[in-house]
Amino acid sequence: MRIIWLVAATLILVAPGKVALAADDPKAVKSEDGKYLDKEGNPTFNVAADGTVDWYTYSGFRRYHSECHVCHGPDGMGSTYAPALKDSVKTMNYGDFLGVVASGRKNVNTAQESVMPAFGDNPNVACYMDDLYVYLRARAYDAVGRVRPPKREEKPEAYAEAEKACMGAK
Amino acid sequence: MRKVLSAACLGAMATFAVGAAYANEELNKMAQNPKDWVMPAGDYANTRYSKLNQITAANVGKIQVAWTFSTGVLRGHEGGPLIIGNMMYVHTPFPNKVYALDLSQENKIVWKYEPKQDPNVIPVMCCDTVNRGVAYGDGKIFLHQADTTLVALDAKTGQVAWSVKNGDPGKGATGTSAPLVVKDKVLVGISGGEFGVQCHVTAYDLKTGKQAWRAFSEGPDDQILVDPVSTTEHGKPVGKDSSIKTWQGDQWKIGGGCTWGWLSYDPSLNLVYYGSGNPSTWNPKQRPGDNKWSMTVFARNPDDGKAKWVYQMTPHDEWDYDGVNEMILSDQQINGTERKLLTHFDRNGLAYTMDRSTGELLVAEKYDPKVNWTSGVDMNKSSPTYGRPKVLDQYSTEKGGEDKNTKGICPAALGTKDEQPAAYSPDTQLFYVPTNHVCMDYEPFKVSYTAGQPYVGATLSMYPPQGESHMGNFIAWDGKTGKIVWSNKEQFSVWSGALATAGGVVFYGTLEGYLKAVDAKTGKELYKFKTPSGIIGNVTTYENGGRQYIAVLSGVGGWAGIGLAAGLTEPTEGLGAVGGYAALSNYTALGGTLTVFALPQ
Repeated sequence: MRIIWLVAATLILVAPGKVALAADDPKAVKSEDGKYLDKEGNPTFNVAADGTVDWYTYSGFRRYHSECHVCHGPDGMGSTYAPALKDSVKTMNYGDFLGVVASGRKNVNTAQESVMPAFGDNPNVACYMDDLYVYLRARAYDAVGRVRPPKREEKPEAYAEAEKACMGAK
Repeated sequence: MRKVLSAACLGAMATFAVGAAYANEELNKMAQNPKDWVMPAGDYANTRYSKLNQITAANVGKIQVAWTFSTGVLRGHEGGPLIIGNMMYVHTPFPNKVYALDLSQENKIVWKYEPKQDPNVIPVMCCDTVNRGVAYGDGKIFLHQADTTLVALDAKTGQVAWSVKNGDPGKGATGTSAPLVVKDKVLVGISGGEFGVQCHVTAYDLKTGKQAWRAFSEGPDDQILVDPVSTTEHGKPVGKDSSIKTWQGDQWKIGGGCTWGWLSYDPSLNLVYYGSGNPSTWNPKQRPGDNKWSMTVFARNPDDGKAKWVYQMTPHDEWDYDGVNEMILSDQQINGTERKLLTHFDRNGLAYTMDRSTGELLVAEKYDPKVNWTSGVDMNKSSPTYGRPKVLDQYSTEKGGEDKNTKGICPAALGTKDEQPAAYSPDTQLFYVPTNHVCMDYEPFKVSYTAGQPYVGATLSMYPPQGESHMGNFIAWDGKTGKIVWSNKEQFSVWSGALATAGGVVFYGTLEGYLKAVDAKTGKELYKFKTPSGIIGNVTTYENGGRQYIAVLSGVGGWAGIGLAAGLTEPTEGLGAVGGYAALSNYTALGGTLTVFALPQ
């Protein structure tokens, strides 16, 4: 329940109806507790000159390759039946991304049978939405290649607390 | 001695006499007719061998496409058709259509069955919406649907005779495996190892669809149908609570051990053989204990489901090496003595040769030299770890621990071989095995369980073995000695089922879409043809109107379509996208076709 509240709250905060263009600037202009934000206030990646990635990009790589890889292929590259998310995020804004991950998607007709489940109730995904978005954004802009990020910032404390709260006590 | 032998013979004959009404006699007899292909694996022994010899090593280079059939469905096409007399039964991935074609009437569609299934079952299928084929028995075609429904169709009309729900997709259970008709029952497994389903094999009455028995892979003795005294592992009774005492608390209830692979049957021993899959979750730290009986070879009595013997190949799995691959039954000599054997090419990279009546382990050897997580199975009968694989700490994801990336493990989770079935030729006494040649980094981390949602808990990264660029091999294996006899490199994993024939030819399909024929003795490539899409189906043969035909489904997908579509890693500078870095999507796209070959008239 908390998860859906969090997701809904985030959706309200993001400007509705804005279509992200490829020219949308992903440059990080500020950071809060280890999360980098672009000039629109949406989460984004930050890769230092020496290749060190921010925590969210690194965490997104791990979570992507556990929960999303199974249909969408490695590194956001797509499979024989699910789209390459590194391309999808180029034409999808942050709000839309959260919406699809939370509610799923159904394309069932005579030509195809593609169904993505709703992950809003799955804490293994819902607690890591920003991580996934940031990682895929980094892949979309080729800031991170088809590799496990070798160098990363430390897990921010505020993040660790939020993660524990979201995943539930155990 | 002689008196005992006679008694045993009489006993066996008595069983057959009593069982005159049983479908297995009819089916067993039908399976002897080389013109037909009456069960998914060809015969009860799962040999995928045909006595047909019109096509030989000398003339196979001349075969041509005889006819084709579009299934009308895209996504991964696993399995193959059944051919009974003039009728061919073709199945498809979700929505699981079944077509009955009349081969004597220009392959006309006599009937078509299309179940109505809730598409919400699609995302609960971990590895594409595949189906491994229908079964035949007692005048009915049996289809195991994605939503776990087992439906019996009148083979002549396609009308539903009965229908039963085998599991709950709302809890993550789905259906992909081919059923097996044994005596008066039809047996079916279930999928959901990535969703925390407590999996089972269930037997239903052939005529009515009433459940006869259900054997879970983990749980209390009365649920797993194991007897503490008479069920043995390595000749010793497994004892009370053999499963639940190897799980922490109630974890066995979401334990996995899924049964989505192949079933074989020995009518004279009256034993059914199959393997169970991975324990849930992929994070070994969240489920301490051996997790019995996941990753286990089961030998069960098909009348009541009781297990005669078991063997857990990968205790406390740390890599997702499901044990569901086919159990091929052969009678061969070991050290001069005729033995009843069971040969199994496991995901974990070891090929096991066992005595199928007692469960004695005879051979356990790597069938890909790059397999590295184990130094081998303890074959010392007096050792306390007899039959267990020795795990090397360096490749143990349990030892590496949560949130630590354990690197360079071979094979990758998709195993040295996945469900794609091997073939056995009694002429050469060799097994023909389609293999994967891929390694991985694997990082477990904590996950929470929600019914109907994936319960995975590991990050995976796959690549070809260091220094190599090809991702598959098609090999010939001697099960008596545990040795590779010949090995053909393939750019991509070989994900099709093999076929061996008395004509001395072995067939398989490649992920790029090639149907290939090789010499059974030497492996020399004799023929290849690019079908409309990548092949993950099983090559089948039959005879009609005096001609031998080779049939294979094309339609790329399955786990290969997920992991290999975009290539495993970034192409290396200068090399371009070749070898192990090649993307399957550069060679093939989605399709759904049955291509049938024959010698020109």
